[in-house]
Amino acid sequence: MCMEKTKILVCLGTSGLSAGAADVADIFEKELKRHKLAGKYRVVRTGDRGLFRDVLVDIVAPGGDRTTYEYVKGGDTPKIVEQHLLRGEPVKELMAGEDYKQFFAGQMRIVLANCGEIDPENIYDYTTGGGYKALTQVLAMPPEKVIEEVKNSGLRGRGGAGFLAGLKWEFCRAAKNDVKYVVCNGDEGDPGAFMDRSILEGDPQAVIEGMIIAGYAIGAGEGYVYCRAEYPLAIKRLEKAIEQARKNGYLGKHVLNSGFAFNITIKQGAGAFVCGEETALIASIEGRRGMPSPRPPFPARQGLWGKPTLINNVETFANISHIITKGARWFASIGSENSKGTKVFALAGKVKNTGLVEVPMGTTLRQLIYGPGGGMLHKNIGFKGVQIGGPSGGCLPESLLDTPIDYESITQTGAIMGSGGMVVMDKLTCMVDMARFFLDFTVSESCGKCTPCRVGLKRMLEVLEEICGGKGLSGHLAFLREMADAIKDTALCGLGNTAPNSILTTLKYFPEEYSEHIEDKICRSSVCPALVKFEVAQNKCIKCGRCVNVCPAGAVEWKKKEFAKINKDKCIKCRACINICPVMAIK
Amino acid sequence: MKVNLAAAKKLIKKYRNKKGVLIPLLQEIQAAYGYVPGSAIDLVSKELSIYPVDIYGILTFYAQFYLTPQGRHIIKVCQGTACHVMGGKELLDYMTDTLGAREGKPTKDGMFSVERVACLGCCGMAPAVVIDHDFYGRCTIRTMKELVKKYRTKK
Repeated sequence: MCMEKTKILVCLGTSGLSAGAADVADIFEKELKRHKLAGKYRVVRTGDRGLFRDVLVDIVAPGGDRTTYEYVKGGDTPKIVEQHLLRGEPVKELMAGEDYKQFFAGQMRIVLANCGEIDPENIYDYTTGGGYKALTQVLAMPPEKVIEEVKNSGLRGRGGAGFLAGLKWEFCRAAKNDVKYVVCNGDEGDPGAFMDRSILEGDPQAVIEGMIIAGYAIGAGEGYVYCRAEYPLAIKRLEKAIEQARKNGYLGKHVLNSGFAFNITIKQGAGAFVCGEETALIASIEGRRGMPSPRPPFPARQGLWGKPTLINNVETFANISHIITKGARWFASIGSENSKGTKVFALAGKVKNTGLVEVPMGTTLRQLIYGPGGGMLHKNIGFKGVQIGGPSGGCLPESLLDTPIDYESITQTGAIMGSGGMVVMDKLTCMVDMARFFLDFTVSESCGKCTPCRVGLKRMLEVLEEICGGKGLSGHLAFLREMADAIKDTALCGLGNTAPNSILTTLKYFPEEYSEHIEDKICRSSVCPALVKFEVAQNKCIKCGRCVNVCPAGAVEWKKKEFAKINKDKCIKCRACINICPVMAIK
Repeated sequence: MKVNLAAAKKLIKKYRNKKGVLIPLLQEIQAAYGYVPGSAIDLVSKELSIYPVDIYGILTFYAQFYLTPQGRHIIKVCQGTACHVMGGKELLDYMTDTLGAREGKPTKDGMFSVERVACLGCCGMAPAVVIDHDFYGRCTIRTMKELVKKYRTKK
């Protein structure tokens, strides 16, 4: 049995694959064969563990003892096999360091527990770890009891709005119709969020099990997973997972030989952010332009093809089996007063450890950034802000770092929880430019159906571009505020309603940057091209020469022990020098 | 240019009489041709009784579809939040400037198309770039220069 073998986990997440993880796994198998060890070891190709450390390799003994190696190259594998597996001496120079330990130390992994630990393309890995136990349990319960359990757990939708999942299920159950649908929203469009991708790639069966349970609870026989086209690997693994679930009797006409029938189809998105909005998502599945429609009627009453439809996010479904097997009370004991359980955050930007972090709700931003995150990437540059919730969210300053992460507290700051994207910014990030960036995004993703979003956001973007271009006027800020309020009140869907958040929060927490751009024509972070002179301030330059090495255009002139100088005729304004300078000497 | 529609005909047959098929059908047509040819739009319209304007509406709404042939290699430069903070915009500007490709218009030699993409979902390796189906993380202008060279000579 494979249970007794020592496992060699090779992490085939995105970062692993781009660094050659597939080759590493193949070479391991070849080496094992060469040493006649294939009977004792099993190479497990896992999904993403959520940490970007190129190729991660774990040697896990049957008792659970494990050694973790990071940044493993194909050429390192013979050494690991010979030294570690044959002689029992770990290869010290490849072992994961303190950063790796710190990244996992402050986490509580429930949803991500299987990601990076099991083979997502092998259903037995999922079932031997307790998978599909929840489904067996559920089939012996009346549907109302299942909904009761989900309601009591206090689980709120992980897609952004935080609506109580159990309540949504109850509405769908109550809707009278012979045909109902379960839809899994995997249209993870928020730039800066990638937890759904990792869950689908690393533990697809958990999502499928959650959907089947939901189908049983509300009385639906058909499910759809709507997955972004930008995630081809997630789609491939889901397809395999669904096929295996069908073969093993978890999907089909008689789920686990019961009278309950359930099937799942994958629908591939085609690249439209607004399709994350549930009514737009429905339109897209139906094969139309993904434009939202006014609610009510809510999808729970009238959704896909006019039938009652339950739409939950990937992470929400991945929580379900844990709630069933461990109980609502257990789940409700984790987290804060009104936000239960854990939440997965995608930590990125100017932070030392980037990746997926799962923590109990109520953890503070500071604990997250300085705990698993390991603090700032460049110690000298310093923290400026953190962006939460994607284009619908906002930028928060250092003074709010002790805010606990739960739906209410985050909303109070003017940002939103969103799907859990969290981008850390240092003093080299311009907040006016950030607001412009998000608006640029929402303008290009606006579906154009309602005027406030189509026209209003465009006008705001034009004004922000003028401010960033050094043509800001004193009346611009009042205009931005007025427009922001109007759009918030009148736009048709969540995309438009929340789009002004990034401007409102930056105006609120970083007003000095706006006034500097407008009055003094200065960008203190040296980001806005029209306001950067690309000159070296000699009173700051430490003559280190780093800028020379990174300049792709050969525009920086520097000799040892001398100040650097930028030749403006050659400079292509790529900002490579600004980003590498440890003392912010280039303005 | 005349397009051989045999592949499109086969795909239409596969999707006939099913509901909500227009998007997957167009996706498969694009996979076969590299873009959605105008003559294929007419064919789908006739065979499935859908107005060409509705098909065109779908094609222009979703970012994934191309109405013209693309370069041999498609370079997607991520413009997500993390990539923006880590220098993704400068990468995109550099690529469009030096290769002379504009969004939706490949380079003169037909070798490359350069596109922006909202988020590739690998923010931990920002700034990220995808060429065809391969991911590259922590990119700089220097690595881009080398990648372009590599793909130019790739068979």
